[in-house]
Amino acid sequence: MSILAFSVVVALGSFAAGLLGSLTGLGGGIIVVPMLTILLHVDLRYAIGASLVSVIATSSGAAAAYVREGYTNVRIGIFLEVATTLGALAGAALAGVIPNSALAVLFGLVLLSTAYRSLGAAEEHVTTQPSHPWATRLRLDGTYPTSSGMQAYSVQGVPAGFSLMFVAGILSALLGIGSGVIKVLAMDRIMQLPFKVSTTTSNFMIGVTAAASAGVYLHRGYIDPFIAFPVTIGVLCGALVGARVLARARVSWLKSIFTAVVLILAAEMLYKGITGGL
Amino acid sequence: MTPSRYTDHQLELAIGRLLQAGVLLAAVVVAVGGIAMLAHHGQSPADFHTFRPLAELGSLLGIAHGVMSRDSQAIVQLGLVLLIATPIARVAFTLCAFVLQRDRLYVGITTAVLALLVYGLIWGRA
Repeated sequence: MSILAFSVVVALGSFAAGLLGSLTGLGGGIIVVPMLTILLHVDLRYAIGASLVSVIATSSGAAAAYVREGYTNVRIGIFLEVATTLGALAGAALAGVIPNSALAVLFGLVLLSTAYRSLGAAEEHVTTQPSHPWATRLRLDGTYPTSSGMQAYSVQGVPAGFSLMFVAGILSALLGIGSGVIKVLAMDRIMQLPFKVSTTTSNFMIGVTAAASAGVYLHRGYIDPFIAFPVTIGVLCGALVGARVLARARVSWLKSIFTAVVLILAAEMLYKGITGGL
Repeated sequence: MTPSRYTDHQLELAIGRLLQAGVLLAAVVVAVGGIAMLAHHGQSPADFHTFRPLAELGSLLGIAHGVMSRDSQAIVQLGLVLLIATPIARVAFTLCAFVLQRDRLYVGITTAVLALLVYGLIWGRA
């Protein structure tokens, strides 16, 4: 295959990943790496580098839209970013020593958990219990707009949420993904934040987490212009189109497609990892 | 409390728009460099199966040199560095907001995050 043909194929695949990712709200980064490694036999390090840059592009590009909704809790975001950036730097250090086969198995497991999460419906909950003592000291409590006016919420499980964010940072660097699913899990389930606050604050954090390891990977040569160019432009265009058609799209149908794609990729990654074919 | 929240929100909105502009600029640079790159190397065989990092495109200085000599690959890398810089700029703006609010605790926390990010991008060590 010539570089021109390769670029066109990668750009189209990345466009589809960006489109599905933005329509389902689950992020397209998780499809890009298996697509590059399994289908196009790209070295895992190049795939991770390109995927991280595309994750940053979609996170920063969507920032204005998220802020307009008025849900992002900047204090929670920046506090938890201490954990995700430390995790990302730790993950980047680990990436050099963990064999590709182990990374492929880990990727397969993360894909499986994403498929599982995409099946569950989002439930809105507000906890009025008093906040965790750390949350009070760090002034993490906030308010968010609902149909019946501004609603105050409290924050639980700060140490557990912080720890899980460290893990999210490690996985983001190791696998070249945004780890949005784990970030939302930490905020929604453990810290008991309203779902909308969790998802928008997660978007705020994804770009920052990815930038921490992307900077390191740039120096290591993981970010190759021939791969990052079609991936970044493709994912960005897909995400832009996705944001435009979101209102008209039938999300439940799309989620089934997304889940099916993720399950197939999970099986492939696990198989390649176990047989050492990556 | 309410007026400060309002300006918070206005500030965040302005930051969000700046980020969007940054992403757009970066994407244009990547696209221009990428098209030039394909014009030069499009017919070469694509082989990315083995990892062969190009040292000169892995450092900020090397990229700057490449851009000076109008190397298309370096122009793509410049766009990618701009993209990586957008979330870092977001943290820097957030730091300014906390400084303006004289919120010492969060000035400290945000400075720590910014230092980790700058460390990763400039020194490239983890």
